[in-house]
Order: sequence, then C-alpha cells, then structure tokens
Amino acid sequence: MRQRLVVIGNGMAGARTVEEILARGGDFDITMFGDEPYGNYNRIMLSNVLAGIEDEAGIFLNDLSWYAENDITLHTGVRIERIDRYARMVYGSDGSTTGYDKLIIATGSSAFVPPIKGAHVPGRGYHQGVFVFRTLDDTRAMIRYAKEHERAVVIGGGLLGLEAARGLQNHLGHVTLVHAAGHLMNTQLNFQAGKTLQATIEQKLGIDVVVDGMTTEILGKHAVAGVKLADGTVIDCDVVVVAAGIRPNTEVAAVSGLVVERGIVVDDHMRAMDEEDIYVVGECAQHRGQVYGLVAPLWEQAKVLATNVCATNVSAPNVGAPNVSGTNVSATNVGGTNVGGTNVSATYHGSQVSTKLKVAGVDVASMGLSQPERDDDELLEFAEPKRGVYKNVIIRDGRLVGATLVGDNSKAMALIKAFEKGLPLPDNRAELLFDLGGPAAEESVDDMPDDEQVCNCNGVTKGALKACVDGGCKTVSGCMDATRAGKGCGTCKPLVQRIVEWANGGSVEEDPAASYYVPGVPMPKSELMAAIRRHELKSVSSVFATLGGDEDAKSKMGLASLLKMMWAGEYVDERDARFINDRVHANIQRDGTFSVVPQMKGGVTTPADLKRIAEVAERHGVPMVKLTGGQRIDLLGIPKEKLPQVWADLDMPSGYAYGKSFRTVKTCVGSDFCRFGVGDSTALGIALEERYQGIEGPGKMKLAVTGCPRNCAEAYVKDLGVVAIDGGKWEIYVGGAAGAHVRKGDLLATVSSPEEVIVLTGRFLQYYRESGNWLERTYAWVPRVGIEKIRAVVVDDAEGIAAALDAAMDAAVGAYRDPWKERAEPATPGQFRTSLPLTVLPQVPVRA
Amino acid sequence: MKPIGSVHDIPLGEGRTFAVDGRMIAVFRLRDGSVRALSAVCPHRGGPLADGQIDLKQVVCPLHLYAWDLATGCSLSGQDPVTSYPVRVDDDQLFVEV
Repeated sequence: MRQRLVVIGNGMAGARTVEEILARGGDFDITMFGDEPYGNYNRIMLSNVLAGIEDEAGIFLNDLSWYAENDITLHTGVRIERIDRYARMVYGSDGSTTGYDKLIIATGSSAFVPPIKGAHVPGRGYHQGVFVFRTLDDTRAMIRYAKEHERAVVIGGGLLGLEAARGLQNHLGHVTLVHAAGHLMNTQLNFQAGKTLQATIEQKLGIDVVVDGMTTEILGKHAVAGVKLADGTVIDCDVVVVAAGIRPNTEVAAVSGLVVERGIVVDDHMRAMDEEDIYVVGECAQHRGQVYGLVAPLWEQAKVLATNVCATNVSAPNVGAPNVSGTNVSATNVGGTNVGGTNVSATYHGSQVSTKLKVAGVDVASMGLSQPERDDDELLEFAEPKRGVYKNVIIRDGRLVGATLVGDNSKAMALIKAFEKGLPLPDNRAELLFDLGGPAAEESVDDMPDDEQVCNCNGVTKGALKACVDGGCKTVSGCMDATRAGKGCGTCKPLVQRIVEWANGGSVEEDPAASYYVPGVPMPKSELMAAIRRHELKSVSSVFATLGGDEDAKSKMGLASLLKMMWAGEYVDERDARFINDRVHANIQRDGTFSVVPQMKGGVTTPADLKRIAEVAERHGVPMVKLTGGQRIDLLGIPKEKLPQVWADLDMPSGYAYGKSFRTVKTCVGSDFCRFGVGDSTALGIALEERYQGIEGPGKMKLAVTGCPRNCAEAYVKDLGVVAIDGGKWEIYVGGAAGAHVRKGDLLATVSSPEEVIVLTGRFLQYYRESGNWLERTYAWVPRVGIEKIRAVVVDDAEGIAAALDAAMDAAVGAYRDPWKERAEPATPGQFRTSLPLTVLPQVPVRA
Repeated sequence: MKPIGSVHDIPLGEGRTFAVDGRMIAVFRLRDGSVRALSAVCPHRGGPLADGQIDLKQVVCPLHLYAWDLATGCSLSGQDPVTSYPVRVDDDQLFVEV
C-alpha cells in the first residue's frame, strides 16, 4: 500500500517541499491542509499586489489544477488543531481526522502584533482600520480600506513595513512609517546604511519616517484616528498597518507534544526532535537555534526534507540501510546542504543568509555581519549620501563575512557568491565595492524588460531565456545550447547565468557538464588528459570510443586541439574532427567564402611581398583587401575552390588568422627608427612569431611587443605583451584583452634579454595550453589560476615542471608545418569543393 | 532515386554539396558508414551546412553553430527545419530522392 503523506500548511514551504518530493519520484498518497482558501501563492509578491505592480492572478505558484494533476488531496480553509503522534492522526478544525505515515509541518508564521493599547477591540478582533500584512486576504482588505481613507501609519521599519508603506502610497495620500529602533531595517543594516535608506525613502518617495518611535496606543473610538508614541507625540491617521515582525506558527506542534522553542525544533534531517516520521520545514522550523524568514533557506530545507522522506519510503523493513530505489538524491546539493554519495540521507547544515532585493523601490543587499565585531576585522566603507548610496564589506581572515549595499546593487551577486562560497578575495579590496575597469555594472534582472536583448551576438532576449526555462530547461548550459545565448563572444555569459537563475526562482540545477573540457566526454581537462595518456589515445575517434561513448560534433574541435597539443607529431589527424577553418586553412565568412591572411611577422613587410599580394588580389578579383588589427593584410571573399591557387600564387606561409591558435605578434617600430624606442621590438616580435607560429591552444593567442612604455603596439591588452623599458629590460604582461572583454594584462616578469622573453613566452603559452579550458582565453584563465601561481610555475619553476613545459613546446614547434603547402594534392576528396552555390556545382545529369 | 556520385567523394565524417535538379543538397557520410542528406543551405543565415561538423545525430552549421538533426532536418536549437532527403548507398554509389 502506498504510504500516506500529510502536509500541514499549503504555503510556499509546504508546496515547494511536495514539488521536491514529486521531482524525486516520491510515491505517496498526499493530502495537504491549507489555512487559507486558495492554492499556493508567492507571499513575497504580496508587496507587489499592494503596490499595484502585479495582479493577484500573477502571484499564484500552484493553482488548483496542479493538485489535481499530481493526485494531491487539498483541503483549503481547514486548520489542523492537533496531531496524535501515537495514533498517527491529525485533527482538523472541520472535525475531520486524517491518518498519516509521514507528516510534514509547514505552518509558516503569523504577523506579530506587539501589545499596543487599542490595537484590538474586545470580541471583534482588530480595531477598525488596523491591519496586519501577511496574507492575500490581509492585502485585499488593506487595499479596500485604504482607498477610502487618507493617512496611514505603518508600525515597523523592517523589510515588511517598508514594503507596506511603499505599497500604501498607491492607495492613499500620506504615509508615515514609525519604527521603534534607531534606524530602519536594523536587523540587517548598520546605523549609517539605515540612515541612507531612510533619507532616500523620505526624499524620493515622500514617506515620513519616525525612528526611535515606540507606539503605545492606537487612538479612535469607532475607527482609527491616530497613533500615540511613547514620547507623547500623536500622529493623525485613519489606517494603521502593523508590520512589526512575524512569529512562527507553533501552536499545533506545541499542543501535540513536539519540542518547541522559538520554532519547532528540528534535527539536521529536518525531522522534529525525536520523531521518526514528522518533518518540519520553513519559517516554523528552528534549526540549530536559527529560525529563517527568507525563501532561500526554505528551498534548501525542502530539498533535504524531500530527499529524506523519499529515502525512507521503502518497502524493506531495514529503514537505516541505504536504498536509492525510486529516489533521486543527486539533485540535492545546494548551499549549506550536502548529500552524501553513497548514503541517501541528506542533511541540512543551516544557510548563509544573504538577501538582494528592492525595498520600497530602493536596492538593498545584505549578508552576514552589518558591522565589524572583532578588532582585526577589515572594514571597507563607502558612502555617497547625495546619491543615496552606502556600501560596506567586512572581511575576516581573508574571507567575506558581511556586506551591505544600499542604493546600488551592482556588486551584489559577486558579493553574495564570495560570501556563500567563501571565495578568495581580490588583493585590491576596492574591487569588492566597485567595478574597476571590468565589465559593465550588473543590472537587476528583475528590472529588465522581457524584450531586452541579452546576447548581442545571437540576438537572444531575456524573454527568450525565460521561455526556455519555463519550457523545462533548468541548467545554464542547457539554455545556452537551446537559445545560443552566450555562444558568440561570450561576454554576456554571466548575465545569461543570472537570468536563468532568476527564471528558476533563484536556483539552477548544477550542470555537471559545466566542468567538462568538452560536452561529449564527461571529464574535466586534467582528468581527460590523464585518461588520454593512459590509453594512448591519439585520434579524436579513439577518445570517443574509449572515454565518451557517442561521438559529439560539438566536442570534436576541442579534442582535436587537445590531442595535437599533447601528441604533437604523433597526433593522428582525422579531418572531420577539424572545424571548416582548419580543414581549409582560412576563415569562413558570412557568405561561405573565405579570408586569406598571409603571414607578416611582426607586421613587417617588403615592397616585393606587397607587390605580390597586390598582383594576386588583382588576378583573382579579390572583392576586398583590408588591413587587420594584427598588422597584416587580409584578402576577403575568396571562394573555397580558389584557395589553393591563391596560396600558390602568394607563395607565403599562412598567417593563421582562422584558428584557435597563435595568431600574430603586433610590434611598434622600436629602437631602429623611433626616437623614443628603448628596445628592438620588431626584431623580438619577429623572433617570437618565427618560433611560435601556428601553435594551437584552447583559444587564440594574440601577442605584441612594444619598444617603450608608450605602448604603441598595445602590449598591455594582449594575451602576452612585451614592453621594453629603459635599461635594456623587458616587461612581460599576460592575460590582457581588448576585444569583447577589456583587461589590462598582469605583469608576469621583468627580464633582461630577448632570449629570456622567448623562453618565458613559450613556457607561459605551454602552461596555458595544458591547463586552460577549451575556448577559455588567457584573460579568463590568468585570473582563474592567479598570476602568483602562474608566476611561480613559469618564472620561478616552483613546481619543477618548467623543463617539461619547455620540452613540450619544443616538440610542438618542431611539429609545425605550413598548412598552405597542402595545396598541390587535396588532403581529402573535394577538400576545396564549394559547399554553396557561389559557382555552378558539378551538375548531375538529369535523366528523363 | 537519382545517382549523384561515389560515396568516396565524401570523406568519412564530413559532408559535400551536390546539385540535383537545381536543388542544393548536402550529403553527409557518418562515421558509422551511413549517409544522410539535407538541404544544403542553413535557414538561419544561409550558411553552408556541408562545411559543418557532424556526429551520428546532428550537423552544426559553421557560421553560428546552430544544429540540425541529420535524420529529420529538425533544428536542435530553435531554428526553422531544413528539408531532409532520402539517400542510400548502393555498390558505393550514392542515390538521393528529390
């Protein structure tokens, strides 16, 4: 017989937990009891309903049909009054009795109304005109009443009170916020942050704020006429909203003999103390002394609870034994929760609470401490009262332990990540508070219109991403694959991630494939390389056959690059593993033609070469001749079938303007001619290009050498840039970029000779080739690995692998062959046959 | 079905374009030895599908990396479908039906 699962509470916690149980294939007869007469709605959105931004229909999470579809019996408007833990029965306010095998208590909280004289009328409930702000009915009643009245006082300057005040402004003329503490949101914010918020609320929104205001009495005989504060002040009003906090609903647990302190006490399995079959989730649960009032911890709790409930739902009597039948535990590994690999029981370890929201229209984010607690805590603080901005971060032992943002949430996501994951922090702490030359500031996803274009390369809007998530795609990489968002230049990937997270309600499923080197072989790069070496896999097809199962078109190019890097001359080249550019050694253009860029080392050419290029361009009617950003000459619009002839006529080596490979070394005139030059940049640039030409890597590698710090060759923004400085020295910068992403390179080393530059360049590039992820440019790889680590390996040989890196690079250099020599005989049948009707194709004779 | 050439005109794991009755058809030779035929022009921006990389299921257009199912011509990335044509190999000869 199926086990009976009873859920007391049909709010966000109860319904979410049931969803998680269903997602794990939990097989129960489910009955839910809801105090309110509705399906499950998003309580957080009540502020929007009050503010008129959202209508009621828009906030429902599960309408009644959801319960029917999932075979859930829902009793709305029924309050459970008692649990008989021994008979396993719950007793409803309607006189019903319902038996259970597993019970989940998700009763949530109620509004807390402090003992204020006049708040209640004996026998009638609240005084007429007094409201709390907790349920949809509260909200409706408040709106109805407010529309017919003039002045409101909101008691409570926390999150809820601020939202209520802001919302009421839509319905009546004047709102005063009365707060008992010395500053607004005092549980989350420090004094200065609270004051900044207050100034914005008063000046921008026109809400009067009274702090240090203890409300002692609500005045008015039949209906509310005003409130009186402890200092005797009287504020006239005809509506009062009490938003002084919430209290967990624990009555049913307490009368039924469960352990109740502030909330219903649970263990790490989300079970009520000493109860095998009773679970508790959400705002009514007290875990390790903490009661949470935010939604994120609730979600984590729901996952743990669902995993455990499903794990115990087994037919075998040995409950303690691991059993995964019908359950899915792998999905639960979020934040503070942790699910063991072999043991199906999940445990909750509490949540790091962080919030990022708009409070009454003002951006506020807070996490952890609001001010330093210990003498050696680092505090960074920034205040710009005129703009209503306050920010701080608190750092302890190199980790972020608290942060507050008011009026500017642009750094919120980064801070929350650093806070929750304990990430290492930048040496320049100011980067925590400001974007210093990085990508543009983050905007709030919520605020973005649906038709705003997110991916400017592939024209994907926020709405398209949301539709993709709504259509069932729950991972970032899945949405990127489906929409191609973030698959162009890649700069929008962080924003795509945030939108997918937002559309998923704040959490995304971890995509295990995100760590794979290529999607088709389930291994990160280091593991993949070890397996390739162990099995001596020298061709792409052998990698799929041995490690990956089915071949995958989207993985071939990355594998080809990796194998070529690893095996150099021993690599078994399969042409189908190459991208078209690498099959025909030219860059495909929008019309299917190709561009041809001959090598021009260091950007230095000769009249003879120029003449030859000009003659070839003329002879072949090249539609466009253009200078590239890398100081070369580009012949554009060459049909595929003409490539071999063009190369033959040019008789120059390939400039590699098409591959994920070493591209070019841009140089300035240097000391030969320039009156400022302090080093021979052209000679060094040519030497570098001579040696490292055509070397493939995880991404393209653009270099530069400049003859003095005036930096005419833009060496600071190259994958590797060399700058001559006075005294015969050379600085080497790495990880720079000036494309879709702009970054100044980090100084790797300062050396005394061009020879050292050449050696360190090879070693750096080889280290990047071996550890960079596929398509990860150095501007991402260098900060990921860390310049200190890279310097230790490349310059100081701290890991003793310098000689091996040099040897591997030597082998790669030795294996170089100019691909444009591949022209007399095609490497494959029809290698240069046109694929588009640019010219007449070989016509098949049509037989009648 | 019309004969369009030898299967050896197409390297293993690649595609080549053929003009048949005025239609541009990309024929792919999969690594398992089977063949597939699709309309040669990518419906997104006119890219040459025969220049795309393939596996046993899909072809990826070289221009913007959208993917199509080799067997059905359905887009795997939210684009319009391409026409798929019946194709077979008989004694190393390729035959396609248009």
